Amino acid sequence: MNSQKKLIVSHAPFLHNGSKISERHLHIIYAALPAILLGGLFRFGIPAIGVVCLSVSTAMLWELIMNRAMQRPVSIGDGNAALIGLLFAMLLPATAPWWLVITGTFVAIVIGKQIFGGIGGNAFNPVALSIAILMVSWKDFFDFNAMLVNYDPDFIMAYPLAALKNFGVSGIEKYSIGDFLVGRQSGGIGATFGIGLILGGAYLMIRGFIRWEISLAYLAGVFVTAQLFNLIDPVHYADPFFHIFTGYTLIGAFFLATEDSSSPVNFIPMLIYGAAGGLMTVLIRNIGAYIDGTVLAILVINLIHPLLDKIRPKAMGKVV
Amino acid sequence: MIKRSFFGFTTPRIQYLPIPGNVTAPAVSKQPENATLLVPCPAGDVDNQLAKKGDRVKTGQKISLAAAPGAYGIASLSGTLSSIDRFPGEAGQEYTAVTITATGEEALDDAFSSKCEPTLETATAFLGCLPGAPSFEAFTDPEKPIHTIIVSGMDADLLVMSAQYTLSFRLEEIKAGIANLKAITGVENIVLATAPDALHGFGEIGASVVAMEAAYPAGLPRLIVQKVLGEEIPNDKGFQDLGVSFFTAEAVASIGRAFADKQLPLEKIITFIDKEGNRSLVSARIGTPIADIFKQHDIRLKEKDRIILGGPMTGHSIFSAQYPVQPNTDAILLQDREDVSLTSDYPCINCGDCVRMCPARIQINLLVRFLEAGLYEEAAEAYDLDACLECGLCSYVCVSKIPIFQYIKLAKHELERMAMEEVAAEETAIEETTDE
Repeated sequence: MNSQKKLIVSHAPFLHNGSKISERHLHIIYAALPAILLGGLFRFGIPAIGVVCLSVSTAMLWELIMNRAMQRPVSIGDGNAALIGLLFAMLLPATAPWWLVITGTFVAIVIGKQIFGGIGGNAFNPVALSIAILMVSWKDFFDFNAMLVNYDPDFIMAYPLAALKNFGVSGIEKYSIGDFLVGRQSGGIGATFGIGLILGGAYLMIRGFIRWEISLAYLAGVFVTAQLFNLIDPVHYADPFFHIFTGYTLIGAFFLATEDSSSPVNFIPMLIYGAAGGLMTVLIRNIGAYIDGTVLAILVINLIHPLLDKIRPKAMGKVV
Repeated sequence: MIKRSFFGFTTPRIQYLPIPGNVTAPAVSKQPENATLLVPCPAGDVDNQLAKKGDRVKTGQKISLAAAPGAYGIASLSGTLSSIDRFPGEAGQEYTAVTITATGEEALDDAFSSKCEPTLETATAFLGCLPGAPSFEAFTDPEKPIHTIIVSGMDADLLVMSAQYTLSFRLEEIKAGIANLKAITGVENIVLATAPDALHGFGEIGASVVAMEAAYPAGLPRLIVQKVLGEEIPNDKGFQDLGVSFFTAEAVASIGRAFADKQLPLEKIITFIDKEGNRSLVSARIGTPIADIFKQHDIRLKEKDRIILGGPMTGHSIFSAQYPVQPNTDAILLQDREDVSLTSDYPCINCGDCVRMCPARIQINLLVRFLEAGLYEEAAEAYDLDACLECGLCSYVCVSKIPIFQYIKLAKHELERMAMEEVAAEETAIEETTDE
């Protein structure tokens, strides 16, 4: 009895499937890389590298500062801050000035996430919130035509959604879906390369790191709404494929709308959530004031998420 | 041991492992020098007239500690009672630990063999501590008659194979046990629940057979009862309210053997799962310290290992290898300190894995926020705390490693305690008014 060994005592269960938050975020970062490397850095060069690096590093720095300030355990190891920084950079034009990036990551990390209590507590997608606030505050820096004016590639460098807004369907006749898919379009650093985003999204859906119901419902929402507009007035409203492959639609569907904390987890709520996002995106684009409504649409569906959580299956043996 | 699958878009299913084809008979452990019985009787209620330190007991002798019908243990050794101590169990349960030190020749007690008739009186008096821990309490309540007895040939937890072994190799004893059960209780409707691949060869057993699914947690008692009754059990109803009584296969086999041998069996069949996940069967007398079993089977224990009684999902870890084998100890799982999965205080990130996994369809992502804040009443009212089957799958898949299962157990325990305090307060209030 004297030489008793000390044992670890804890509560059941004694197995774990080995999933980790850091692994989850790392895989989402991996999935975003093709779109950034091939679509962004290759196309826009050194300025894009600068924006991405600054965004990721400052996002992590803000997280660390907030951890210290609030005397909480350091949480940059979970990869969430890096992921937010990366996704934020993907939505920016390659020539975004340094102060815009730093302000943006501040808004995303501090206002979007940390003041709600950190990971899991945020009601809104931090990236979408930050882009929306910056877009309202400094509109000119999100005018891709003006920001990317010095780039002169061998394809049309006019921002497709701006062309649609200004000139209607006649303004977008020269664009082709094939160009959008291979990244031959103007836009955010990581938002132009359609195939890369689709592959990344498919990977995440198959692995279960994002909830496929949300992404597919979102794309279906965009498609159906755009198709309806197009059927009613094909002169003013573009066809659904144009909406799906331009602007922030794909990155929104796979990376923004699926953010864990701000999205529902039950089947029917996920479908409503996604479809509502798609609907709002096209509504804002077609009849709203903004060129691209994706981030605003995502904020709106984030807002209805707590309501959607009320729709839930009856628990086993529940006594009514 | 079981890792997250590569494909994550569907609900993962964890299958029960079938008993290996080349399973060998349980390795019999030697008779220990000391055996400790944990008697469900608070130390304050122990009646020194019935049992005291220094008493001599024979093997198979009933040691009553109090007048309450369940407050007894069956001596698994011949010797003297070397200590009778308070023993706090899990979640506020109070036991009294009775330690018997073996002295002299083994002698068999004849109290049971002298009136070895299958009556309810004998069963409640002697059979409660049989391996498999059968309970006859439900049959004594005339207001809630039992119409169905369910015998589970399925191990509730993963990796455990004690029930499957009993069903495969002790069928004759189960058959005799079922006949005895019918005689004891007068219940004719007996249902045997088995794993799906074991659904043959039970023609003459005297019970109808129901096959369960092979995916965890189908072997949990509540799900078995639900399958047999063919409907969901309301959360506010226990098995007894539904007229159902639940026995494990080993309990039934033990009943059969007790009446056939006219002696109470004392050997418990235990699945031992070693650090590498290899499974083997051992049998040991009830009361044997686990350290004795380890010593005999040459199992080395290191500092900061984890010993778990019961299966990996629902068992409980113990703080000393001196803990004795109990009538319901189906498995001993040994984990190396390297493999011990720890919980964390990370917040819920709302990934929804637990919600997809939950067999009871509870909104765990919402529930856990209330449990973390200690809002147990709200959790029970609005977020289906009562529906929990206690399978542990939510904690198993939790990416934040939140001890969800522990929170749920704690919440249930606290609610129970609060309800009891309320009742007690009401009773004293009534007493006070009557005094005036």
